Amino acid sequence: MQLNRREKSNPEIPTSSMADIAFLLIVFFLVTTTMNQDKGIGMQLPPAGESKKIQKKNICNIWVNESGQILINLEDQVPLGQLRASIEQRLAANEKLIVSLKASEETPYKSFIAVLDEIKLAGADKISLASPEQ
Amino acid sequence: MADIAFLLLIFFMVTTVFVRYRVTGIVLPKAEKIEELKKRRMISYLWVSADRRIYIDDKVAELAQVANVFYDRRVKEPRTIVSLKCDFRAPYGLVSRVLEQLREADALRLNFAADRKG
Repeated sequence: MQLNRREKSNPEIPTSSMADIAFLLIVFFLVTTTMNQDKGIGMQLPPAGESKKIQKKNICNIWVNESGQILINLEDQVPLGQLRASIEQRLAANEKLIVSLKASEETPYKSFIAVLDEIKLAGADKISLASPEQ
Repeated sequence: MADIAFLLLIFFMVTTVFVRYRVTGIVLPKAEKIEELKKRRMISYLWVSADRRIYIDDKVAELAQVANVFYDRRVKEPRTIVSLKCDFRAPYGLVSRVLEQLREADALRLNFAADRKG
């Protein structure tokens, strides 16, 4: 007796549509991916209520006014481009130098960051941020 | 084909980070000496917009609340880094008062968010 052998169906996952699914997912991740990381200028603030007496000769005051003009130690007005060189010079002369950055109430944040960036680039690691006069 | 597609897929799945908070209309200033923040779990976001509004994460907040909120966060996570995302037009006076609040809250690790120049 011959049994009617049933044709066995092929137990395989259809791979032809796999690429479609994969590409769909790729497109989704491509669209949602953001490569930008949080980045910025790092600072460590001093604890509240702490004020240290510092010798005058160890401080370099930098003022930034509303229009972004920069004044060092109340006497030399320097353009942003020369600020770095100027601070580097002062740092070379006195390694204990603390750079104190003071911006006025209405100084745009952009100018403040530009000056802070230059100070950091000059290699100053002791930076003090003074609050503006009310 | 499917192999390549899956390879790409895995790459994107691994590298994808979803943006957690976004406050529209804030344009960051540009700077050169910037560091990247790696540990996303430790970062808290504080935004200051050009029209002098303050947001914590993505909710509007008052200046006086800042110290309280960040004090709580610092208690929970002592290594909190505050990413201060200020619009480039924001007045420094306000930013300075925010910094004073952060000092009161003892949240001293700070990052002035900026985009890379150029």
